Amino acid sequence: MTWAAWRKAKSAVFVGFCGLSIAVALVPLAFIFFYVVSEGIQALNVDFFTQMPKPVGEVGGGMANAIVGTLIIVGLGALFAIPTGIMSGVYLSEYAGTRLTSAVRFAADTLNGVPSIVIGVFVYTIAVLPVKQFSALAGGLALGIMMIPIIARTTEELLLLVPGSMREGSLALGATRAQATFTVVLPAALPGILTGVVLALARIAGETAPLLFTSFNNRFFNTTLTQPMGSLTVTVFTYAISPYEDWHRQAWAGALVLVAIVFTCSLFARLATRRLERLRGR
Amino acid sequence: MKRGSQGDLGFRLVTGAFAVLIIAIVAGIGAVLTSESWLSIQKFGFGFWKTTTWDPVAGDFGALPFIWGTLYSSILALVIATPVALGIAIFIAELCPASLRMPLVFLTELLAAIPSIVYGLWGIFVLVPAVRQLEIATPQFLKALPLFSGPPLGVGMLSAGLILAIMITPFTSSVAREVLKSVPIEQREAAYALGATRFEAIKAALYYARTGIVGAIMLGFGRALGETMAVTMVIGNTPRVSTSLFAPQYSMAAVIANEFTEADTALYLDALVEIGLVLFAITMLVNILSRGLIWSMTLSFKKASEPAAPPALTPPQPEATA
Repeated sequence: MTWAAWRKAKSAVFVGFCGLSIAVALVPLAFIFFYVVSEGIQALNVDFFTQMPKPVGEVGGGMANAIVGTLIIVGLGALFAIPTGIMSGVYLSEYAGTRLTSAVRFAADTLNGVPSIVIGVFVYTIAVLPVKQFSALAGGLALGIMMIPIIARTTEELLLLVPGSMREGSLALGATRAQATFTVVLPAALPGILTGVVLALARIAGETAPLLFTSFNNRFFNTTLTQPMGSLTVTVFTYAISPYEDWHRQAWAGALVLVAIVFTCSLFARLATRRLERLRGR
Repeated sequence: MKRGSQGDLGFRLVTGAFAVLIIAIVAGIGAVLTSESWLSIQKFGFGFWKTTTWDPVAGDFGALPFIWGTLYSSILALVIATPVALGIAIFIAELCPASLRMPLVFLTELLAAIPSIVYGLWGIFVLVPAVRQLEIATPQFLKALPLFSGPPLGVGMLSAGLILAIMITPFTSSVAREVLKSVPIEQREAAYALGATRFEAIKAALYYARTGIVGAIMLGFGRALGETMAVTMVIGNTPRVSTSLFAPQYSMAAVIANEFTEADTALYLDALVEIGLVLFAITMLVNILSRGLIWSMTLSFKKASEPAAPPALTPPQPEATA
């Protein structure tokens, strides 16, 4: 073999390896998808959405309480995180370059990397231990803390994309900085920010670890925020590690619902981003 | 004029207060976890991390099995995931046709979007039985090695490492892809002009981007360290230190998830919080280090490319032109 042929062969092997990596990564994706859909669909029926869990050992029932619980807890998290995230994002983009901004950006990136279980422990010590009571509020706080850095950084990035001439135009018309930001710059970036919020919601709705000892679990229907509340993720976890065949079935159904929520949000966000990019004429 | 500047001050203070809240949360996590684990820190000191006894009944706590399990499973995941993740990144950034790029990016993003609990469920009912079959089929002479010793249980280090590898691959590959995108196209063009093959041109780009690539790998490592649910469901939850891939073990995040609500004494709870504190510190360190690497690389690119080429001439996305 000549030297040139050897080099070409090496290159071909390398290209082949890279293509193979794609396949290797997509196999688990296909596998997981296949199992979640095929196992989940068998247990998924109207009861799953409308019925309460049956007593241990009895077949049937659903996860109505957990589905409502997840909606409430994620809603609480959003309520807490969206204003905080957007306002900090505004600060980061408006006052870019100061030392405080770098510190905040650093803190946001750090917070983004903190394991979710650690957030759970943190919220347990500040919101559960003092009142000696697991609560939906604590669960919402934990999810909110996880959402804040994502929303803050998305907001910052999207605000920086808004053309400076728009801000300058409004400032030239006599607007204060706050007016320019809230009536001109922020609305211009809003669709993108909303996309970021949807992505953050999707990620947070699938979280289990921060809820284990904040909102805890509840087999009964509960809308009182100061009481423990069931959630889809924690229920799937409890059912999955239980010894009951019927609970395993329901865990798969729960997983299917979770995956459907997350994928729908991602797809929606992805399409919205595309549309945005086309609007900007890229 | 005066009214305007006052409005600006209020605006700055209000938005700034929200921004400072983020710093307060991070500082709060560190402070609260330290104060809540004080009993354990005082009683066991550094010995906490060197002993293997975990006996809640006797009130004797040593965390070596957990830190061992966390490091072992994460490093195992890193070894499995890194070649695949880099392969994906290179394929998407350098090799594949532009029309395939978006769908592939989307698919890898889906892999990252699947909730951890779903990975865990799949792990229990699909991956673990498969691993058990693999362990049964392992030839006897391999089982004599400490790496493959023990009964074929399915749950254990191998399952944990595999599931972690699947979970971190999309993270590492998406960061590595961004890093490769930031390598100036001249690097590849110069290599091709010298007659390089595709592999050699990409190798040049990889070498150029090495700091950022290491950062991407470490970012995946940080993810693996803190991953909780999926690991909890497949690692076997047995506090012991073993080199065997087949042995059920434990991880820091898993022991917190499993035992936190059962901690009935103050010391027990504090020991668990201390594990959380150290997990927080390790992941923070790994993340800061990896971000620093990626940041320093992109910064040096900007400096290097500024005098050389006006940005208008550089296409935003490098295409492989071999």
